[in-house]
Amino acid sequence: MSLQNFMNHAMSSWMNKEGPDSDIVLSSRIRLARNIEKFNFPTLSTYEESQEVLHFFETTLKNKTFPKIGRLELLKMNELQPIQKRVLVEKHLISPNLSENAIFGGCLLSENEEVSIMINEEDHIRIQCLFPGLQLGEALEMANKFDNWIEEEVDYAFDEQCGYLTSCPTNVGTGLRASVMMHLPAMVLTQKINRIIPAINHLGLVVRGIYGEGSEAVGNIFQISNQITLGKSEKDIVEDLISVVQQLITQERTTREALYNSSQNQLEDRVFRSLGTLTYSRIIESSETAKCLSDVRLGIDLGIIKDLSRTILNELMILTQPGFLQQYFGGPLRPNERDIRRAALIRERLNLEMERKKRMEDDES
Amino acid sequence: MICQECKERPATFHFTKVVNGEKTEVHICEHCAQENSELFMFNANTGFSLNNLLTGLLNIEADLHKKKEQKVFNTGDELQCDRCKMTFSQFKQTGRFGCSNCYHTFNIYINPILKRVHGGNTVHTGKIPERIGGDIHIRKQIEGLKNKIHEFIIQEEFEQAAMVRDEIRSLEKKLSSSQEEGS
Repeated sequence: MSLQNFMNHAMSSWMNKEGPDSDIVLSSRIRLARNIEKFNFPTLSTYEESQEVLHFFETTLKNKTFPKIGRLELLKMNELQPIQKRVLVEKHLISPNLSENAIFGGCLLSENEEVSIMINEEDHIRIQCLFPGLQLGEALEMANKFDNWIEEEVDYAFDEQCGYLTSCPTNVGTGLRASVMMHLPAMVLTQKINRIIPAINHLGLVVRGIYGEGSEAVGNIFQISNQITLGKSEKDIVEDLISVVQQLITQERTTREALYNSSQNQLEDRVFRSLGTLTYSRIIESSETAKCLSDVRLGIDLGIIKDLSRTILNELMILTQPGFLQQYFGGPLRPNERDIRRAALIRERLNLEMERKKRMEDDES
Repeated sequence: MICQECKERPATFHFTKVVNGEKTEVHICEHCAQENSELFMFNANTGFSLNNLLTGLLNIEADLHKKKEQKVFNTGDELQCDRCKMTFSQFKQTGRFGCSNCYHTFNIYINPILKRVHGGNTVHTGKIPERIGGDIHIRKQIEGLKNKIHEFIIQEEFEQAAMVRDEIRSLEKKLSSSQEEGS
């Protein structure tokens, strides 16, 4: 399969759109955790119960058509290859936990991949909505709609005092986790981030690396989300998060500008060296890839690089991960093989872009 | 840097392990990391997570309660959810409940934990499910209006307070009629 075809197939449609403030905010995600009153929570469910839960959602939701979204497709974890599951994790459509451990785990997925409903994860369902750029309000609205549609069919585990009851008491109440993925290279470079993270933590928000709990901030990408789910309304949780994110956006933009004004040569050197590494290297590890992609993205944002788009970087961020690499090259690859194939894929993708550019210029002349 | 496990491949994972306050730097390659995933914290399920923190809190809380209880009852019987049969020690181990009824069963242990985890909050003020939450909607509305009356009275705006009072009365009627239907 050609890379272009593979990409058309592999990229969620939202990834090719640029959302508001997409120079800093990559994506916004809302997750609602819900359980059904009549079943035990997945923590304790037996094989039969888990099967019943999956079947229940399969019959209630699979054949429903939703306005603007259409039908949902059900992916059953036990019918997927390990590489396919890994790809879903890399696209943030399912959690590693669902892909590895869930008994009768499933995922109902909308065609544009904006909505994914995980079944039999830590809770019976987790409704997830993923939008490009800073669109938390929009994502919450969409998640709420799905929540209401599902609630028409099922009795949720709900308590007047505690709200929506979840397996883990850290999610009880609204069951809402709102998170935003941000690219903050200038704040990392100037070490401002080290002062800001503790301040954010004080506000009941958590800052983590790109793959959630326990992961480090690869490629200067940070995930910021709410910690408190009880005692605040959904709207307040989202508004609090947005206000912090907006302050971070302003901080990052001013820092970038100051950095560019004070050390243009050093910054340009860094950006072009990274572009060079991506364009010419023959072996590249994922951490170096993430670092280079971050530099190049900063270069595009600052207007240092003019002939590449941010969407290519979004694609490369996804395509160069182990699951995607193995899917593209058609089988399991050992880590050192991956590093070789990764370099090849990046070169191929950048060449594709240059050809496209050239064709456009030829057409114009 | 070379992987300290296989001493062959380059180390791609670098982190600091703290065991009993003793720090050790770990540098290993991806291959060895996967093989030792239980030892190291890459996987959300084996790694140190919020859940571990929570179970840590639970142990402290439970011990405190135990001491208090023993003085009064000294029963020795462990709390167990009568619906899903989860015991409190099972919950302490996993940090996860077995069913919705566990929230009632383990109520006395839960509130202090919820307070700590959710910034002092113990009462849900967010969304209420439309269909099953009928009465709750009305009750919450009444609660809000009662607060409003209080404010109006403090500000000596008695006419507005009277209007809110009428609104509360009509809601209370609605509530009692829906309860009669239900019974």
